[in-house]
Amino acid sequence: MPDTPYLVAAVVVSAAVTWALRALPFAALAPLRSSATVRYLSTRMPAGVMVILLVYCLRDLPLTEPDVLATLFALAVTIGLHLWRRDALLSILGGTAVHVLLANTLFA
Amino acid sequence: MRSDARAAFKDSASVGLGLVPLGLAFGLLVTQSGLDWWWATAFTTVIYAGSFEFLLIGLAVAVAPLATVALTAFLVNIRHVFYALSFPLDRVKGRAAKAYSTFALTDEAYALTAGGRARTWSGRRVLWLQLFMQLYWAGAATVGALLGSFLPGTVKGLDFALTALFAVLALDALRDRRGDLPTPLLALLAALAARVLFPGQMLLAAFLLFTAGLLARHLTGRGPRRA
Repeated sequence: MPDTPYLVAAVVVSAAVTWALRALPFAALAPLRSSATVRYLSTRMPAGVMVILLVYCLRDLPLTEPDVLATLFALAVTIGLHLWRRDALLSILGGTAVHVLLANTLFA
Repeated sequence: MRSDARAAFKDSASVGLGLVPLGLAFGLLVTQSGLDWWWATAFTTVIYAGSFEFLLIGLAVAVAPLATVALTAFLVNIRHVFYALSFPLDRVKGRAAKAYSTFALTDEAYALTAGGRARTWSGRRVLWLQLFMQLYWAGAATVGALLGSFLPGTVKGLDFALTALFAVLALDALRDRRGDLPTPLLALLAALAARVLFPGQMLLAAFLLFTAGLLARHLTGRGPRRA
């Protein structure tokens, strides 16, 4: 478990980076707007970063154990719900509910 | 001033319906991960970046290096850079108010204020709206964390909420870049390579590989040049 000084540092670092990303562009709009590289990266990064984070969440999936089926099924439900209704909250809560249900019954 | 607050309260209702259940789930995850309940309040009050806060739970529990925490925050939140182009900060008056308004410039705040509907809103109304949204998020997270700390044991399988969150965000981001298959493919390859080659520092390695790949593609000019 992390100790309190580490957690405080993690929160402060996270807050500083996040606020800088939100506030500094108001001061530096012109160079940002004119940089082709910044524009190129910023339009492509979100999709790629989310894909990486999704793989990161699945990094410890036990590929050879039946538990993997609960995760894959819940993931299919999440994606199916999202393609169908485009309602982020419904997809997340629906997929999570299915996973909790499976993890505590069939795959307990 | 009171009418601004009342109008902002009404504007915030739709987003609040989404923020409250997600905030509860976030708080629950914080205590189920073994952190004290008040870290849910600290995360949501001091950082206030929903999807990153979910990630930070795992990073913090694993005592990830601060450089990884910083780089992850940077990459997950880099999308906010372009919110400055259309967020009505010029209407928010005063140094402290502007500081809070940029601090609380979340996806939801941007979505509500950048549309045509918000063109007549005063700076005060925008500010109240941001404050209400953070109150929903931080309040729900705190309640969820307290609930979680009273639950006996842990709810097995709840951590899937994070996977579902990023599946949804990835789908939405991919839809915005329809036709740009190389980008998600490059990201997938970077993630898998990082998982195999640098399992201890997977996130950091994947981000660096992906960014390097994107830059190489941009500088060699092979990818489509459209922004």
